Formats: sequence, structure tokens, C-alpha cells
Amino acid sequence: MYRYDEFDHAFVAERVAQFRDQIERRISGELSEDEFKPLRLMNGLYLQLHAYMLRVAIPYGTLSSTQMRKLAHIARTYDRGYGHFTTRQNIQYNWPKLAEVPDILDELAEVEMHAIQTSGNCIRNTTADPLAGVAADEIEDPRAYAEIIRQWSTLHPEFSFLPRKFKIAVTGAPNDRAVTRGHDIGLRMHRNIKGEPGFEVMVGGGQGRTPILAKTIRGFLPVDHLLSYLEAILRVYNQLGRRDNIYKARLKIMAEDLGAEALAKLVEAEWEQIRHYTLDLPLEERQRIAAYFAPPAYDDLSADHPALDEAIAADESFAAWVESNVYDHKKPGYAIATISLKPHGGIPGDASAEQMDAVAGLAEQFGFGEIRISHKQNLILPDVRRADLYRLWQALGGLGLDTANAGRVSDIIACPGLDYCNLANARSIPIAQRISERFTNIKREREIGEVSLNISGCINACAHHHVANIGILGVDKKGTEYYQVTLGGAANEDAAIGTIIGPAFDEWQIADAIETIVDVYQQLRNSDENFIDTYQRLGPQPFKEKLYASDQARKAG
Amino acid sequence: MPLIKHGKLVEDIWHETDDFTDVQALAPLGPVIVPLDVWRQHRDEILAIGCALGLRLAPGQTPDLVATDLHRFGVIALEFAKFTDGRAYSQARLLRERHGYKGEIRAVGEVLRDQLTFMLRCGFDSFSLATPQQARTILEAVDDFAHWYQPAPDGRATIPTLRRRTLDNADRPASDCAAAWAY
Repeated sequence: MYRYDEFDHAFVAERVAQFRDQIERRISGELSEDEFKPLRLMNGLYLQLHAYMLRVAIPYGTLSSTQMRKLAHIARTYDRGYGHFTTRQNIQYNWPKLAEVPDILDELAEVEMHAIQTSGNCIRNTTADPLAGVAADEIEDPRAYAEIIRQWSTLHPEFSFLPRKFKIAVTGAPNDRAVTRGHDIGLRMHRNIKGEPGFEVMVGGGQGRTPILAKTIRGFLPVDHLLSYLEAILRVYNQLGRRDNIYKARLKIMAEDLGAEALAKLVEAEWEQIRHYTLDLPLEERQRIAAYFAPPAYDDLSADHPALDEAIAADESFAAWVESNVYDHKKPGYAIATISLKPHGGIPGDASAEQMDAVAGLAEQFGFGEIRISHKQNLILPDVRRADLYRLWQALGGLGLDTANAGRVSDIIACPGLDYCNLANARSIPIAQRISERFTNIKREREIGEVSLNISGCINACAHHHVANIGILGVDKKGTEYYQVTLGGAANEDAAIGTIIGPAFDEWQIADAIETIVDVYQQLRNSDENFIDTYQRLGPQPFKEKLYASDQARKAG
Repeated sequence: MPLIKHGKLVEDIWHETDDFTDVQALAPLGPVIVPLDVWRQHRDEILAIGCALGLRLAPGQTPDLVATDLHRFGVIALEFAKFTDGRAYSQARLLRERHGYKGEIRAVGEVLRDQLTFMLRCGFDSFSLATPQQARTILEAVDDFAHWYQPAPDGRATIPTLRRRTLDNADRPASDCAAAWAY
């Protein structure tokens, strides 16, 4: 894991002191709310429906056990005993007091964490593949690059007052687990014919009311030019991005208006001017940062574990958990285990202080004291010996963290919705709870197989509903909450935007509608087909017919 | 309006006017800052007046538009119509880094304390402020940060550079390596 040196420590400490002073000036009235707002947002502090909300960055989704314990401590001391993990590898606290925020930030700085640029019209926390460094399909660990981007983007002198928020995601693997096409800049690693690593640069992706997938403007950027190329993109955007209309201000709109080719030309022309400038880090500095992400001291283990096979054969619940929540590790004898934060009927992404502490302990007991946060709002233990999986699963059971649903229909991504958020039009959490309660039968979930279901409480699409196989969007119709369903979205390397299936459902119909969709799929699927494959093969018609059958009957009658 | 230049409260020798109907009327004003549009329309007449000239660029007007004339201006004023509009940061960097502009770059408009460090880093060296109170407090922000991660026109050694120096010369404390804060 990356460790702060004296410069990083000093910088974060100075940032906290600066924000402490800004908060004091706000409380004294010297700063107006209008002046204070961009300052607090750049420090991760929102004003929500009932209270302030603090969003803490978990850069590229990697946490140590020590850091996780600190997050638990903050939840307990300054909040109401829990935190909410988000789709962009952050944790949100919903009830901090304004005057205590600097103290929270001081506590975070002690464990090399911060809330810098988790909000505001600046470059946000850079996200990465949650399986970075351990995934079997990986070309290179993307976290060193994400850390380089984190440092470069932190209080950037030129790009801290952009037209709109700006999000970057990095993956080092061909299977995209970081939704790279859903970001303003997505970076996907490839090797060229010489075997050297470089990035495919995709720009202009985003969700919100105008969902657009990022387009490739450069097929291969040698890794040594990463920062100068990013700086070129940002400079073009900072100058030409629209500032007259908040809904047209994201890079995606500019990219659509100009066309990807014209945008690429502008970026390349700017890059030509700055590519030999001192911005790009020399190889030795990149290697120094990469060394922090060197693999831990793995043992040479056998890939075969007869005892594990026996446990799987003997215990159906454990078998279900292994099937959905355990992934292949690049090192034989090890596995990657997802800890689902989606208990049936629970609040997606929430973890209590006790659970956080316990997971910190398990990461030490069954790994190297490291935890990952996924964009699916789950936790991941990256280095579990296969021989330990059964014991880990048993320990998770005692914490209510053993739900065998990773990648299944009840592994729902949900935004905080109208329960917390002042932007929301509708509640997300109770809908997620109601739907997941329909799928408590693990056997049925296993039969349904892999499917993504995301619920956003408004058009800002924080839960990425556009790129879910089944997307739900909460809308307000004359004071009543309705839920619009989209089908066919995908967030992986074959990213796609879902299409609206028909008229929206009210809060009492929506869970039935989801069950109907799942039923139609199960009736029509070919043997091993996933939901998305069936949908792509058959299109929306059979789903539509069944969903709106009673409407048709009514009309006909 | 109070003006801070190179860290000190100074008298502003430059004049600005909104009335450009009669270019000849500029002459008695002395050193004058003209908006880009006026400059482009009346370039030769303005040059004929022979007084010291400054230029004002609105947000979105790239310095490239006037690249070959930049040496004629003693000051270039960049406008923050709103403090949240960050286009002037790019304009300032382009002036300093791409066009090698050495004259005064002045921040005008909504110039606030909490944006000062970003402006200094991008090459601004004077600040037109709304109130005398602001002029007294804005400089407190100068020392908010000792070091930064990115290279910028202020020429300060970046954290990556300082790291390398520290590693190259392990017994020397890093603070000795810091470039003198030129402000």
C-alpha cells in the first residue's frame, strides 16, 4: 500500500488547517454560504436534507486494517455508528457536526486519509479496479498510476474550478470492473506489440440525465506520458467546457457537441505543446511509487484443497457463497473474497462501526491487513488462502456479512435517495430493501445467476442505473414517487446504456415488476445464459408484454 | 480599488474606461488597459496614441488571439466574472508558459482570499480587490501550503522534485532543498 512521506503528511495537515480556518470564518459570518460552498465541497462536505454529509476518499479503493478501524472510530465518535460506502470508492458519514469536521479530518490524516476533492467542480477521487494487484487477468497493477493521478490532481492550480465535476477511473485489466466508460476519463491498460504497457484513453463518459459512454480518443498512450496527456485533456475542457448551463457542463456534452475526433485533435495539439515539459514523472519516481504496491509475501501454496472441496460439497450455503462471492486470485492457493454489504432487506453499502472493526480484524487474520472497496458498494478481502475460506465464511456469518449474493439480483447498488439527499426525487433505500426481500431464497438467486440491479433516486444517477442490466430511476410525478425501469445496460468492458421499458411503476408495484422481469428471463433463457445475454437476444418485447399485460387487457376490454 | 502587487499594497497607475467611442480620448488618461475587442478593432489608432498599454481578456478569450502583440502590454488583466469560473487560470498559465509573457498578470473581478494560492501558482502577480479589508487579509493565504505536487509558472520546486533531491542527498533535510519562495 502507498504510504505518505513527509511531504504528503505536511500537505494534508496544511489542508486541514486551511479548512479549519475556513469553517471558523464561515461560522463567524466572514464567509457567506455562497463563498463557503465551493470550499466545503472541495473538502467533501455537503449540506443535505437533515444535516451535513462528509464524503471521505478511499483512493483507488484500497484500505488498510488500521484505516478501516479509524473509519469505525469516526462513525462511532462523530456520527451515528455507521458509514455508507459509495459507488466511487468513498465512505459517507451522514450526521457530522460542522464544527467537528476539522477534528474528523485530523483523525483521518493520522491514518493517511483525507476528504480532498470528493466533491465540487474539480478532479474527484480517482477510482480503480477493486481487484487491482490480485486479479488473475491483470496486465499491471493500476494503483501506482491512480496514486500518481491522485497527487497530480490534488489542489491542481489550474483545474480546481472546472465547469463541472470531473471523474477519472483506471483499470489494468481487460475485464473492466471500474466502469471506465462511465467516467470523464477512463484509462484502460493494454500492451503494445513491443510488450510495453500503455493506456487506452477514453473521454466524455458520464451518467446523470444524459448518460453517455466515453469514446476512445487514443488507442495507446505510453505510460510515461500519462500526466501530460491528462493535463492536455483538462486544459482543453477548462477553456472550452460550457459554463452557462449546469446540465451541459460536463465533458461528455462538449465531446458530443464537438465529436470525438475533433476533441481528440484539440487534445493532441495541446499535448504536443506540453509533452516534453517537466510534468511527467521520470521512471525512477514512478518505480518508487509502484514499489509501494509490490505484492505481499505470498506463500507457495497448492492450488488444490480437498478440504475446501469437501466443505463445498457438504454445506450448500457455503457452496453458494463461494460460487458468488469468491474470485480467482493470480497466486495459486489464494482467493479473493467479497464481503457483501447487501444483506436481504438491509441498506445497500451501509456498514456499522462494529462490522468495520471486525472486517479490519479479519483482513489481518485472513490476509495482509488490506481491504478493498468495490463500486458495487461491497468490501473485498484480496488475499485469502483458499484453505481459510470456510473459517472466514463462518466468521462473517456471526457478523451478518455472509450474504451469498455478490453479482446477483439482490446485490443492489442504491444511492441514499430521498431518505438523505436533497437532490433526490424519490426514495431508493426502501425500494432496494423491498426488492431484495423478494429474493431471500439463495437457491433461486443462484438459478437467476449474474445480473446487476441499480436504483437511483433521481436523474443524477449516483447509483449508475443507466449501466445496470436492470436499472430503476425514481421520479416525482405530482408529489408521488414513481419508478422508471431501464433494461439492457452494462457496466463492464461491453458497457451499454439501458433503454426505458415503458411507463413507470409506483412504489407498491415496482418490486412485482422486477419479479416479473426476472420470471420472463428465467422462462426464456437458454441453458446457461445470463440475464444480459437473454435480453440482448430477445430485446425488450417479451418483457414489455408481460409487464404491461394487464394494461393491454384493460385497453382491449 | 485596492491593488496588491508582488505582495504589497500599491497605487494603481493603470486606468480603465468603458467608453471607447473616441479612441483619442484615451490619451489624457495615461497608462490604460483596453479590452481585447477594442484592441482588435482599433489596434493601429491605439498604438498611435503612444501611451503605455495594458490588455484585458474576458474569460474564454485565449491569449493565442493576440500572441504577436503581447510584448506591447505592461499588464494583462484576466477577469474572474465569478470566482467559480476557472478559465483565467488557464489563460495565465498559457501567457507565462506558452507565450513567455513577463509583464504583470492581474486578477480582476471576484478575487477572493481562498483562491489566491491557485492564482499565484498560475502566474498572477497582482490582484485587484473589492475592499481595503480584503487587501489586509488576503495575503494571509500565501503560506497555506509549503509545497505543491504540480509544476506551475510560480517555478516552485514540486514535491516530486523535492523527493528526488531528498533521496539523492539523504543527510540533507528536505527543507533546505526547497526553492526560495519567490513571492
